Amino acid sequence: MIKARVTVTLKNGVLDPQGKAIEGALGALGFDGVSGVRQGKVFDLELEGTDKAKAEAEVKAMCEQLLANTVIENYSVTIS
Amino acid sequence: MKSAVVLLPGLNRDRDMIAALTKIGGRAPLTVWQTDTEIPDVDLIVIPGGFSYGDYLRCGAIAARMPVMKAVAEKAAKGVLVMGVCNGFQILLEAGLLPGALMRNTSLKFVCREVKLEVANANTAFTRAYQPGQILRCPVAHHDGNYFADAETLARLEGEGQVAFRYAEGTNPNGSINNIAGIVSEKGNVLGMMPHPENLIEAAHGGTDGRGLFESALGIAA
Repeated sequence: MIKARVTVTLKNGVLDPQGKAIEGALGALGFDGVSGVRQGKVFDLELEGTDKAKAEAEVKAMCEQLLANTVIENYSVTIS
Repeated sequence: MKSAVVLLPGLNRDRDMIAALTKIGGRAPLTVWQTDTEIPDVDLIVIPGGFSYGDYLRCGAIAARMPVMKAVAEKAAKGVLVMGVCNGFQILLEAGLLPGALMRNTSLKFVCREVKLEVANANTAFTRAYQPGQILRCPVAHHDGNYFADAETLARLEGEGQVAFRYAEGTNPNGSINNIAGIVSEKGNVLGMMPHPENLIEAAHGGTDGRGLFESALGIAA
């Protein structure tokens, strides 16, 4: 069994209204000096087999085809 | 002209869309289900609005990967008219049939109100019943209608007249770039738009500004 974690974040230059709202809320809680808050997503996957290179290639294909919208999002894959 | 409406779990504007196509086109559209791999011979395919798959992952993301969308893409490649409204627009973007993406409204709020739409290009298969620059009333109801495209794509859309509708007179409800409310594909046979023209087609709706779109697409308008 291979475990994979996919992190999806918005590309630079893409406005993130939710990140901005979170940043505002942090300020309201008294956390001063916080900037550049960006919201993203994390996916944990379990894959059959033991070939980590193959698993990584497969998860990247999943990102391209479904997990990320590459028009607005970047993704990274970690295999453990 | 024959039309078909695509049905997916979670869509909720399908009945309004079927009613509009029936009342304006004079015959009821066919319906195709998400698992259908073939779409009968029609001149217009419509993907209505709603919340397909509960907006899970991203609006329209799951629906765009259903078998019926492969069939829609094949029809679009052959030049059949395809129109997506609201969630239908989001699905067409996720399916790669139109460029760009729709993001959360800048207000972070669901907007449900009437806006003013400017016909930015009256020379498309979907807008020819309107005058260039004509201002229409049209309802919107969405949470993720904030259109975004990278600078290169945006320049191409603007340069090639692919922007069909813009929010007019300061009524942009979602922060979309260049006030974009609807775009057509490079070949002009695929339209995606956030507002709901199907909800302004008869006196009981309080206006008929949306009729022109159906009259254009159904070949009723000159």
